[in-house]
Amino acid sequence: MAQRNSSAHHDIPTLEKARTGIAGLDQISGGGLPKGRTTIVCGGPGCGKTMLGLEFLVRGATQFNEPGVLVAFEETPEEMARNVASLGFDLKDLAERKKLSLDFVYVEPSEIQETGEYDLEGLFIRLQHAVDSVGAKRVMLDTLEALFSGFSNPGILRAEIRRLFRWLKEKGLTSMVTAEKGEGTLTRHGLEEYVSDCVILLDHRITEQISTRRMRIVKYRGTKHGADEYPFLIDEHGMSLLPVTSMELQHKVSNQRVPTGVPDLDNMLERKGYFRGSSVLMTGAAGCGKTILAASFAEAACKRGERCLFIGFEESMDQITRNMKSVGINFEPWIKKGLLIHRAWRPTQYGMEMHLLRIHQLIEKYEPSNVIIDPITNLITASTEKDVHSMLMRLMDFLKEKGVTSVFTSLSNVGEIAESEVGISSLIDTWVLLRYTELFGKRHRGLFVLKARGMAHSTQLREMLITSQGIKLGPAAALLAYRDREREPQLDHQAALPKSVRSKGNRRTAALTRRSSRGAR
Amino acid sequence: MKKNSQEPAACADNHFQLRLYVAGQTPKSVAALSNLRRICATHLDGRYRIEVIDLMKNPQLAQGDQILAIPTLVRNLPKPIRKIIGDLSDTERVLIGLDLRGLQVSKANKNAGA
Repeated sequence: MAQRNSSAHHDIPTLEKARTGIAGLDQISGGGLPKGRTTIVCGGPGCGKTMLGLEFLVRGATQFNEPGVLVAFEETPEEMARNVASLGFDLKDLAERKKLSLDFVYVEPSEIQETGEYDLEGLFIRLQHAVDSVGAKRVMLDTLEALFSGFSNPGILRAEIRRLFRWLKEKGLTSMVTAEKGEGTLTRHGLEEYVSDCVILLDHRITEQISTRRMRIVKYRGTKHGADEYPFLIDEHGMSLLPVTSMELQHKVSNQRVPTGVPDLDNMLERKGYFRGSSVLMTGAAGCGKTILAASFAEAACKRGERCLFIGFEESMDQITRNMKSVGINFEPWIKKGLLIHRAWRPTQYGMEMHLLRIHQLIEKYEPSNVIIDPITNLITASTEKDVHSMLMRLMDFLKEKGVTSVFTSLSNVGEIAESEVGISSLIDTWVLLRYTELFGKRHRGLFVLKARGMAHSTQLREMLITSQGIKLGPAAALLAYRDREREPQLDHQAALPKSVRSKGNRRTAALTRRSSRGAR
Repeated sequence: MKKNSQEPAACADNHFQLRLYVAGQTPKSVAALSNLRRICATHLDGRYRIEVIDLMKNPQLAQGDQILAIPTLVRNLPKPIRKIIGDLSDTERVLIGLDLRGLQVSKANKNAGA
C-alpha cells in the first residue's frame, strides 16, 4: 500500500481525475479519467468497450457517489442489464435507487425521412433530462456512432456531435463515448477529432488460439500515463487490468529472514534462510526434488502462521498433497486452516496475460506472504519464451512490491542452466540449483546455492537426501565417494566398487551384469 | 396525447394524427409548424389533427417517440408510424414521408386529364 501512495506523488495535481474503480486502470492513468471531460473508448467488436463504460458508470455510482447516465444506441437497457448481471452489476436496482439513468436511443433510418434543416436538440434534451433526474456526474454514450447510420446529412451530424462534446464539457460531466475502430483510424467516423482529452484503445487478439484483451491509453492530455498495452480480463468481478511495466524499482526491502523449510539449507544461507520479500528460483532436472524443496518452504511458512499461495502448473492439489506426505510434508491441516491456498491449472488454459492476471487476483484476494509457482517452465508450452520472460518479470516486480516472498521452480536439463533461467536470473535474489551427480553407478542429488544476494552463502555442493522427514543435506559432494564406499557395500551398486570387494562369486557377478545391461537398454 | 381517446376509432382509416416535436420557438420549429399547416391544409382537407409538443417544457416526452432530431414530425396514424425530421421545407419529401405522394400524383394526373 505504501508503494501505491508514493506513486501518487507523480501525478500532475492540476488535472482533476475521476476514478474508475477498475483495478489497474486508475494506476496506468495516474488516478482515473479526466474529470469533467470526455474520454473516447475505441476498439473492434467484442473488445469490451461497453463493459468498460458500464463498469465506469456502475463503480462511479456505487463507490464514488457519482450517479451516471447511460445512453445506449445499440442495445436496450434490458439487454445491457442482462449482459452485466453476470458481473454482479444490477442496473435495474441502481436505476430504481436513482443512481443511474438508462435511456435507449433507437435510430431506425428506414423510418425517418429528412426534409430541410434540423438539429439533434432532442438528444440534448433527453440527456439533460436524464442528468437532472439522477444528478449525474458521469455519462456514457454507447455507441454514438450509431447516429451515423440514422442520419444522412453528415454536415449536420458532425456539427451536432461537436456541439455535444462541448456541451458535455460545459456541464462538467465525466463522459465516456464508445466508438468502433476504423481502418487506419482510431474510430470509424473520426470522433477522436472532436475529443482530445483522453483516448483509450481496446484490442482483442488471438495468438495461437489463446485470446488476450489489451488496453492502451493512446492519448491523455495533460497527464503522465502508462503508454504500453496492458492486458485485461473480464470475469465475474468485472474488468481488471495489469499495469505491468509501470512498476518502478522502488520496492522497500526487508532485512527479515524467512526459513527455507530445510534447516540444512538455512545453514547454507547464514543460518537464517531467504530474505523476506525476495524471489527464489529453484532449478534442476526432472525428479531432483524441486517441488519438495518448494513444498518444504510452504509448510514452514504455514507453521509460522503465514499464508502461502501455491500455484501448480503440473499437479493437482490432491496429487501434490498425497505425494508430499511421503516425504513427511502434510498439507491437509494447512489447507483446512486456510493458510495454504493451492490452485492448479493448465499452462495452456490461458495466454500469458491471463495467467498473470489470475495470479494477481489470487494474491489480491488472499494476500499471502508467500507464493510458490511450480514450475514456471511449463508456461513456455503455452507461449513464447519472450512472453514468459516478460510475464515473470512483471510478476516478480509485483510480488516484490507487495513484499511477498516468492519461490519459483524451473525445469532444466541435467547440470545445465537453461536459457529461460538466464533471462530471469537478474530478477532472482536467491538461486538454488539442484543437480544429479553420478558417482560409482549411483545417482546423487546435489544442491548448491548459485547465488544469494545480500548474504554470505555457502558455495558448497551438498548432497540432497529426500527422507520421510523431509529434505536433509549431506556433506559436500566431494566426500560422497568415500562415504559410499564405506557405508553401502551391500546395495546394488557394487558394480561400482573396487575389484577386490566385487569378486564374491560368479553367480553374483553374472546377475550384476544382467542387471546393468538391462539398465543400459 | 390525452386527446387520442376522444378520437372516434372508426375514422382512423384516413384520419391523420400528427405530432410535431419542437424545442422552444426556434426558427426551424416555427418554420416546421407553418410548413406543416400549409401542407395539411392543401393535401389533407380537414382529415388531420396536429399536436405540437415543446420538449423544452416536457423533456420527458422525448423518450417515448424516440426523438433525437428537432423538429421531428411523427405520423402516429394511420399506421405504421412515420417520422419526418427537419423544417418540412421540402414539400415533396414531406408528402413522401407522410405517404401522401400517391394521392398527390393521382390528383395531378386527374387535373392533367381534365
